[in-house]
Amino acid sequence: MSNTLTIALSKGRIFKETLPLLAHAGIVPVDDPETSRKLILDTNQADVKLVIIRASDVPTYVQYGAADLGVAGKDVLMEHGGEGLYEPVDLNIARCKLMVAGPVGGAAEPEHMRIATKYVHTTRRYYAERGRQVEIIKLYGSMELAPLVGLADRIVDVVDTGNTLKANGLEPLEHIADISSRLVVNKASMKMKHERVKEFIDRIAEAVGRSD
Amino acid sequence: MKLRDRWLLPEGVGELLPAEAWALETVRRQLLDCYRSWGYELVIPPFIEYLDSLLTGTGHDLDLQTFKLTDQLTGRTLGVRADMTPQVARIDAHRLQREEPVRLCYLGTVLHTRADGFAGSRSPMQVGAELFGNASVASDLEVLALMLETLRLTGVQDIHLDLGHVGIFRGLAAEAGLDADREATLFDALQRKAIPELRELTADLPVEQGARLCRLATLNGGHEVLIEARTQLAGASAATRQALDNLCAIADAARENLPDTPLHFDLAELRGYTFHTGVVFAAFVPGQGQEIARGGRYDHIGEVFGRARPATGFSTDLKTLLALGRRPDVARPGGIFAPADGDAALRERIAGLRAAGERVVRGLPGQAGDAGSMGCDRELRCQDGQWVVADLVE
Repeated sequence: MSNTLTIALSKGRIFKETLPLLAHAGIVPVDDPETSRKLILDTNQADVKLVIIRASDVPTYVQYGAADLGVAGKDVLMEHGGEGLYEPVDLNIARCKLMVAGPVGGAAEPEHMRIATKYVHTTRRYYAERGRQVEIIKLYGSMELAPLVGLADRIVDVVDTGNTLKANGLEPLEHIADISSRLVVNKASMKMKHERVKEFIDRIAEAVGRSD
Repeated sequence: MKLRDRWLLPEGVGELLPAEAWALETVRRQLLDCYRSWGYELVIPPFIEYLDSLLTGTGHDLDLQTFKLTDQLTGRTLGVRADMTPQVARIDAHRLQREEPVRLCYLGTVLHTRADGFAGSRSPMQVGAELFGNASVASDLEVLALMLETLRLTGVQDIHLDLGHVGIFRGLAAEAGLDADREATLFDALQRKAIPELRELTADLPVEQGARLCRLATLNGGHEVLIEARTQLAGASAATRQALDNLCAIADAARENLPDTPLHFDLAELRGYTFHTGVVFAAFVPGQGQEIARGGRYDHIGEVFGRARPATGFSTDLKTLLALGRRPDVARPGGIFAPADGDAALRERIAGLRAAGERVVRGLPGQAGDAGSMGCDRELRCQDGQWVVADLVE
């Protein structure tokens, strides 16, 4: 069998903040994803490859074994369900909060609230646990716009500094979960490439422990 | 063209065309012959039955996976089987009622409401075997060996086995006095080996108990894991230690009897947790991100059908195995083409060849195509008043 280790990452903040952790495990990418058009990046180790994909696709790639390992935000994992994956290490990177937000000083909650979000499953679960019947509108971006134009009463989204909310006259209302990125592992890889994968996990966990 | 003119099949529902169908049938026959030679009797459970007997003793997942309809004769709800294992357990407990160990095998289509797994099939062809009436390590090992033999016969290579034991987590959960909700949450985190979550979830337990539950998530790997587990779980309840002893005994027997199969152990692997009571195992092959066959011990299912019997078994999907396996021998054999017109002597000759196992295709008057396009490599020719089999001439 191929003994290559494939690691799925998404561009931007997660990639940048994962680099030092990878370096601790002795892995340094040869290309820079921000400038390279390649989707599979070589590293200094011949048998370690990085695949650069959309953040929300990372759990799918890893679940079905297209990548052995990956880095995915807890928000993405909650939405995916996390089924068929291991998530052994909290990398403590790309930290933010998943929150309900609405207009500053806005009206009380209407009977039938409309919520705009890209986290459809997570939102449904959150309100179902509270016994509240809500209508969910799936959007792919610019959530903050929805309450301003009357598309929704509230939004559910990740909040980092809160500046985008503020700039659009919104404020965080309810805290759903603390988010950070996790190392995710394919089940079959864990079993069949055990020594390799476990050593990688240990090195990454060590790197996280050091930066704490 | 209108959508209905395209004759699409429902999502996740497939059909096998001649070459594939024949390959599957060839393997099916070999498997059933193999099971018979191991002393397993074939049962054919019904495709639908009353939902309550179909789902008794099983988990919520199977309920969601089951298609339901109303029986117009009784007003009761019927289910289309999504898993044949509970049906076979019912047959053993309720219909056969023998004292001796009972070995049963089965094969048939099951339907799932939702496609699980990568292939996305909702109509797998489930094949499996169950051994009832014996709780020994020997019976678990027999089932394990038969699962490997099944994979081997379908041409699947480079199999890795993964072994776990649900009794270990169950013992630790009981010791910590967890209620059902709490146990389910912990179970979920453990399935994902989400160590940070496990730490949070066990924070209010007595230190030792919480630590043991968290350690389960890291107890995976080669044989050394079992030795480590003995140390790590030394202070656990008797039930937990017994479960570990049982897993070790099965591991030792497996290493001795299946020396060529790589073994992996994972004490947090709890597939079929609501259903299983003892050892659980699964087969993996390189290139497949998910397990391809699974099984384990489930000692209590007979209870609800009136008779508690130890039970162990495995099952897999024949269509998946066939897609993975490499079997050069199931290619369609050639055949003999017989002309449309002929006398009684030709009819007799054809009957003789067919009885001898040959594939003989009789031509039809005015038909399109010739012997070659009908998949034949030979033909029947009349020479000096005798019908002889001859190779096709170009």
